[in-house]
Amino acid sequence: MSARIVPVLLLSEGGLVKTVRFQKPRYVGDPINAVRIFNDKEVDEIAFLDIGASRVGAEPNYALLADIATEAFMPFGYGGGIRSLDQIKRLFALGVEKVILNSVLADDPDLVTRAADAAGSQSVVVSMDCRSSWLGRTSAWTHGGSRSLHRNPVDYAKEMERRGAGEILIHSIDRDGMMQGYDLEAINEISSAVSVPVIAAGGAGSLADLRSAIQAGASAAAAGSLFVFHGRHRAVLISYPSPEELESAVQ
Amino acid sequence: MISVLEYGSANIGSILNMIRRTGHEGVAVRTPEQVRAAQRLILPGVGAFDHGMRALADRGLLEPIREIADKRGVPVLGVCLGMQLLCDGSEEGSLPGLGLIPGRCRKFQSTPQQPVRIPHMGWSTITPRQAHPLLADLGPRSRFYFVHSYHVVCADPDHQLAIAEHGITFSAMIRREAVLGAQFHPEKSHRFGMAMLARFAEISA
Repeated sequence: MSARIVPVLLLSEGGLVKTVRFQKPRYVGDPINAVRIFNDKEVDEIAFLDIGASRVGAEPNYALLADIATEAFMPFGYGGGIRSLDQIKRLFALGVEKVILNSVLADDPDLVTRAADAAGSQSVVVSMDCRSSWLGRTSAWTHGGSRSLHRNPVDYAKEMERRGAGEILIHSIDRDGMMQGYDLEAINEISSAVSVPVIAAGGAGSLADLRSAIQAGASAAAAGSLFVFHGRHRAVLISYPSPEELESAVQ
Repeated sequence: MISVLEYGSANIGSILNMIRRTGHEGVAVRTPEQVRAAQRLILPGVGAFDHGMRALADRGLLEPIREIADKRGVPVLGVCLGMQLLCDGSEEGSLPGLGLIPGRCRKFQSTPQQPVRIPHMGWSTITPRQAHPLLADLGPRSRFYFVHSYHVVCADPDHQLAIAEHGITFSAMIRREAVLGAQFHPEKSHRFGMAMLARFAEISA
């Protein structure tokens, strides 16, 4: 099976934004237009994260997500503002393939198990935002990088796998938007410790970076800036490598 | 015209949307009467085996599906869990399946010799075992999106229509007469799945 390359698209108030180190959201376009472009590019999979909903504790934008589900001819995952099994069931019913759980797990880690029981592990992704302290110790954070779980990411990933997570998304806060490469060490450590697929996110600046993440053990390499910006001055341009480019760069 | 069964076990929006994009007509159906009137039926489905069978049973849909598929040769395409429901049963549950294609669903196993990630989730190529209109557009770059932990083991290998690999070789598509199953999601497989749905729209009883 080929490794997946996944655009991570951040939603905020119905629009697409892109952050740097989880800060300074910049508007980059309309989500439905982006989905249509990514359809044409035959993208492997898309992940939508509503950073607005996470931050203010709002409900997921169901109307927008139903539109995305109808337009998307590829699988997509959604995270942001999810707090209950009822919300999760509603998201699956409207066509989200995978729910991505993060902040809610700080208070209710069992939600992973309930979601997996309801829909199967394959539909439940646990996302952990990782940040390194100045001592070089990495821990998992929630709530858009504002609250630490004080947990070692490897232990946390193993616990979440045991609870029923079908995939683990590792998001490096320090590397988000920097386009200087993934945290390959964390990717390697975590993907060796769990048997479910690992998605690497945070830091991709080139196709070579995507390949490095796969070589480090990730089953999927995710990227934001790489697919929404173009050139040194970061002009907004949604792009995605052609199947030929991907084949020579990643496989 | 393709009827797509809506029975609380999957969002059928993207299937309908993709059918329409091929230029054919797709319609959501929910009742036994609508199933009996279908010219072609897609049985979608995600989630657990017993949950899917119970949802069909609760809506009185088991007999109508068996009737059109077995007695009248109406083309039926099971997708993902929908394909598994066509069989006799699954390790995942205790309820009997529709029994339209002999076989049972087994869970993938990761072994030290052949370690695999479970679920099998992602894009894979498929290899035909029979010539069939649904496979007519398959090219070297054709790939399909799979998400499943269980796979169908056909009692009769002649019912295997296409295979794929995930540690072992498994049934990516199955077929007995006009009853068809696809383990992957054509509606989430770009133009490759779209070509397949277009072909299904042209198959007749």
